[in-house]
Amino acid sequence: MKSAFWKQWKLPLILLLIFPFTILLPKFGIINPYIDLVLKYVGINIILTISLNLVNGYMGEFSVGHAGFMAIGAYVASLLTVWLFPRSLGPFLFPVALLTGGIAAGIAGLGIALPSFRTRGDYLAIVTLAFNMIIKSVLENIEAIGGPSGFMGMDKLTSLWWVYIIVIVVVFLARNYVFSNFGRGVLAIREDETASGLVSVHTRQVKVLTFVFSAFLAGIGGGLFAHELQFINPRSFTILKSTEMLVMVYLGGVGSLGGSILGATVFTVMMEGLRTVLQQFGISQEWRLVVAPLLLILLMIFRPYGIMGLREFRFLVPREERPEALASQREQVQATRQTKEALP
Amino acid sequence: MTLLRVENLTHHFGGLRAVQDFNLNLQTSELVAVIGPNGAGKTTVFNLITGVYRPIEGKITFQDQNVIGLQPHKIVRLGIARTFQNIRLFKELSVLDNVRIAHYGSAGYSTWEALLRLPRFTKQEARVRQEALNLLNIFGLDNLAETPSKNLPYGQQRRLEIARALATRPSLLLLDEPAAGMNPTEVEQLIELILWIRSEFQLTVLLIEHQMRVVMGIAERIKVLDFGETIAEGSPKEIQNHPRVIEAYLGREVNA
Repeated sequence: MKSAFWKQWKLPLILLLIFPFTILLPKFGIINPYIDLVLKYVGINIILTISLNLVNGYMGEFSVGHAGFMAIGAYVASLLTVWLFPRSLGPFLFPVALLTGGIAAGIAGLGIALPSFRTRGDYLAIVTLAFNMIIKSVLENIEAIGGPSGFMGMDKLTSLWWVYIIVIVVVFLARNYVFSNFGRGVLAIREDETASGLVSVHTRQVKVLTFVFSAFLAGIGGGLFAHELQFINPRSFTILKSTEMLVMVYLGGVGSLGGSILGATVFTVMMEGLRTVLQQFGISQEWRLVVAPLLLILLMIFRPYGIMGLREFRFLVPREERPEALASQREQVQATRQTKEALP
Repeated sequence: MTLLRVENLTHHFGGLRAVQDFNLNLQTSELVAVIGPNGAGKTTVFNLITGVYRPIEGKITFQDQNVIGLQPHKIVRLGIARTFQNIRLFKELSVLDNVRIAHYGSAGYSTWEALLRLPRFTKQEARVRQEALNLLNIFGLDNLAETPSKNLPYGQQRRLEIARALATRPSLLLLDEPAAGMNPTEVEQLIELILWIRSEFQLTVLLIEHQMRVVMGIAERIKVLDFGETIAEGSPKEIQNHPRVIEAYLGREVNA
């Protein structure tokens, strides 16, 4: 009995046990602010990578403008915390700001998805590319929110424990989505869209739904990003940012949540490591900008499915979907089947 | 009772006349075959019935309901399922998922219920899993449930495709050259399989086939297409000796 309980609640308990450390470690200076920052970036990048993986990995479409959704989330959340919410309530209303930013990004996603998914192919890539550029230009031209010089005044609301909680929630929601009708439908579309429709998948609905969900998550990531830096400007959300997201997806693995977590972590840590290395050798930090696109090209050629392509860590698979659960259900079916006329 | 009624169905691709004035009345539980040389427009007829293409002219009604203009997933929900000439499984996905995807239309839960794993989601998912495994069990594929479908041997892929079609709970099954690429033993098994599922799942079957062994063995009625036009119709015996059919397949004798 006890072991059954342990089996069921192991993961939530471990995650709960880690939680106090995400508050205490930064607070008492056990990890220095730099490590704290890198950990937060890892978390934010995990959210962004899962977001993009839903579209580029699971659905097999190609979005190159997810930084645009991130920008919408970042600006909307920041405007709320700076202009609308009283400062004193900031920390409590932070989730509301993030959520609103996410929803705004989701609505933008709907606007992109509805026309784009009338056809398949390179169309989405072109539309999202244009969208990314339009968002940047629009933000640069609205003086009220700082125009090209950016927007500031946010409190540092993105703490390590907030990032920790939100990453867990995002992974949980994404896992539930992926291991449902909708996730399977999206994977089927990736494999063969026409055949999906002919076995009852409402292809357009699933595609739009997935894209909106993805944009929503990118918006959440943007909100966290803004309240970490406490300063955002339109240049933070260019095609280069989108490229970084692409690299993390294709590094970790398409169609895999575990891959997204892995890809985001490895890439973030690697880029930070590179910063130190470049400093050491006195090379310009500009070279960091070359790494992401170059890595993307190499990955596309040599490892198009990434480290974890279409595979999943065991702890990310719902219990009833794990091999042993399926095996026992299969045995049940075999045992209870009324032996009708044998099939030829 | 008439299950499927197709009237004056016409479809062109650019200047190419793919189907011309095609008529068909399918009675419940009938087994009808459509034959004809390559490019005669057989598969196009299937694509028109299942909503992949929208016909230029003509009427299609299924259970007295208009089908033209409906999206494919809606037509499936009405009860028309199909397989493909060149197997179109979801290759990277498991055998079980291939069948479960066909439950998309019948899984009754919303996105919210899925995202939050609410009770209705869990219950419906358990049902879908159960039904899919049952079906795989019937087809002898349940022990391969977690194998990617691309790893199955050819004959089993054909079977899985039929199982996937049946998972949508059709009343009409369209089989597009199910015996393509099969050896004589496999063909015999296939004939038995088709007859068996027809009685077991109370199906009406419309069949496209090249192999005369299959067509002559099981079809109650045969329609012959050539260059988009129906050139003959009748029982297997009548078709076998029909001069225009012989001409379409073998060519005309030239008098020296």
